[in-house]
Amino acid sequence: MNTKSLWTNERTRGLIFQILLVVGIAVFFAFIISNTITNLEKAGLASGYSFLGDTASFDINQRLIEYSSTSTYGRAIIVGGLNTIVIAILGILAATVIGFVAGILRLSKNYLISRLVTIYVEFVRNVPVLLQIIFWWVILLSLPKVRNSLSIGDSIFLNNRGIRLPSANFYEGSVLVFSALIFALIVIYFIKRWSQKRQAKTGKIFPFGYTALGLIIFLPALTFLLADQPIDFNVPTRGRFNLKGGFNVTPELVALWLALSTYTAAFISEIVRSGILSVSSGQREAASALGLKPSLIMRKIILPQALRVIIPPLTSQYLNLTKNSSLAVAIGYQDIVSIGDTVLNQSGQALEVISIFMIFYLTLSLITSAFMNWYNKRIELVER
Amino acid sequence: MTRDNNSHSDKANPGIKPPPANTVGIIGWIRKNLLGGWVNTLLTIISIYILWLALPPLFDWALLNADFSGSSGKECTTNGACWAWLDQRINQFFYGFYPPESYWRVNLSLILLLPALAYILFENLPYSKYGRWFALSYPIISALLLLGGAGLEVVTTDKFGGFMLNLVAGLAGIILSLPIGIVLALGRRSKLPLIRMFSIAFIEIIRGVPLITLLFVAVIIVQLFLPPGVSLDQLVRVMIMITIFASAYMAEVIRGGLQAIPNGQYEAAQAVGLGYWRSMRLVILPQALKISIPGIVNTFIGLFKDTTLVIIIGLFDILGQARLLQTNPDWMGKVDHETFLLAALFFFIICFSMSRYSINLEKRLDTTNK
Repeated sequence: MNTKSLWTNERTRGLIFQILLVVGIAVFFAFIISNTITNLEKAGLASGYSFLGDTASFDINQRLIEYSSTSTYGRAIIVGGLNTIVIAILGILAATVIGFVAGILRLSKNYLISRLVTIYVEFVRNVPVLLQIIFWWVILLSLPKVRNSLSIGDSIFLNNRGIRLPSANFYEGSVLVFSALIFALIVIYFIKRWSQKRQAKTGKIFPFGYTALGLIIFLPALTFLLADQPIDFNVPTRGRFNLKGGFNVTPELVALWLALSTYTAAFISEIVRSGILSVSSGQREAASALGLKPSLIMRKIILPQALRVIIPPLTSQYLNLTKNSSLAVAIGYQDIVSIGDTVLNQSGQALEVISIFMIFYLTLSLITSAFMNWYNKRIELVER
Repeated sequence: MTRDNNSHSDKANPGIKPPPANTVGIIGWIRKNLLGGWVNTLLTIISIYILWLALPPLFDWALLNADFSGSSGKECTTNGACWAWLDQRINQFFYGFYPPESYWRVNLSLILLLPALAYILFENLPYSKYGRWFALSYPIISALLLLGGAGLEVVTTDKFGGFMLNLVAGLAGIILSLPIGIVLALGRRSKLPLIRMFSIAFIEIIRGVPLITLLFVAVIIVQLFLPPGVSLDQLVRVMIMITIFASAYMAEVIRGGLQAIPNGQYEAAQAVGLGYWRSMRLVILPQALKISIPGIVNTFIGLFKDTTLVIIIGLFDILGQARLLQTNPDWMGKVDHETFLLAALFFFIICFSMSRYSINLEKRLDTTNK
């Protein structure tokens, strides 16, 4: 076999391409690694993750787990990671609600409301999210000083240090109230199964919604009264110079949350809209021919079919929101990137810190998409 | 159906009456679109209330009560907007720290962009053969104009700023990310396992991390990767990272398009004796790119908006200029909303027109298929 036939043979040619690629990548990495080693030696930096055990000696104002300036770098990064997860969950919840409402409203027959929502969607999604984050932050910082806080019903206070909300105190016996809540949920689950079975058999409709609502309010409320009111709220009040009681949400968290949720909601509303439009109009017509109410048509006929189209792009929006939360570094919300940046500047371990960022976000992405894939499988159309 | 038609049929069949007056015309429209049912009416009332709350104060603030002249924020005394800074600062918002005597170079490269774009977007233009060559060489021409050299005064990239920086970084990313994305998408669908694995790993890793971490890599780590003594311009490094980031997303969009092409097309291309590259270039890609246009333009829009992230690593794009002015002692506390609004409008105009163009194109291409 001469060289020409080697080149024209599909298999050998494929082999040659792949060998070239592998050699290319190997050379590239060898080049990078050797450069990095010489550069690190020159700068006198030790590589490795042992710096995570060193004392961090900086403060973090929003923390879910115990942390002080004598804690280690490793703990600081964990605090940051938890803060990222907090903003991601809050943002995803709000964005989903706003997005679905906006998507449905945009399809409304009402001319005014659909135009209003269109203006919101088009404006918000065509402006960079970073600009919106900084905008909200500047707005929140220009609120009045603590002494002149704005108040909503004298229980929520707004000022340039954030939002002061009532906090809850739990006393002995509050466990009972929560167990009553869980018990109510379990009962509701069984009632739902029973009523569905009965409806399938006899066609009788059980007023499930009202029963569930009644149970979920009545059972915990009853235990609350019986157990001598074990929960109360610590409502903030105006002191002479400062606000007393309650808990404070930083302006950074609020700004980030507002910006991320409204921005992502604009994209979600488009996804919801196209999902609903993808359900063929025959479905709606058939449902109304059967005499279903418009709200029931939406809930039982349109949305379940639309969800199949909506879920995959919705997943990537959730992931985008999580990744966009890293823009927190611009306004100083202490998420993993912002804290990692501080750690990086103090310790000089650039490679290690950035590898932690990447592993953290990759893991989050994998978990979110695994969960959404599972959900997608569950609601998928079962075909023969 | 028009009025004439109705009256005509009335004469022919005297039994058929015209529709009731309150279901046609403006009253019918209002009844149907604004007041049909109590939910609808409620929504109308809420919308009118929102408009009434928002529009008159906004108009008052932005125009009626606004200050238009003055040399510092202290001269803005009304409670409306303070537009006095526009006079001195608008150039910085657009050109950054680019030397004022060379503004014409930025302007010229922007003006040249229009014919270059036109030759790419539209087919039936005169001299289209030369036009294509011009469009292909546009990046080099504008790089020469902006950076200088060959007789022009050299301007270093740290002078780039303002909206021009967003445009330069965005355009470079757009031009480069499409071909890289195509190669990655083809790699991901390749039959050769190693090439496929490499493409998947590359795409998924880049898509799994936020752009900001890649920018950190560009600023801090790339220096470690280069041989000692060699350094790369900061702006170039950032542009490379933005391009890599966008091309991973581009690859996924194009893969979607490739998957939508029926297998028969691949087989037919093989049957007429086309090899891999020629069947891709002549048969598959033209169809796949056509159906992925909306996604491609969306990626462009995302990329363009992402160029604002450069402020986090210390470059002053239009958002950076806005922040500079907001923290300037002369203007502090007076121009927050105004500067944000201006920067937002710049982005809105460009991104919104891109998305309209893609919708338009989608419709145009759709009819040719039917």
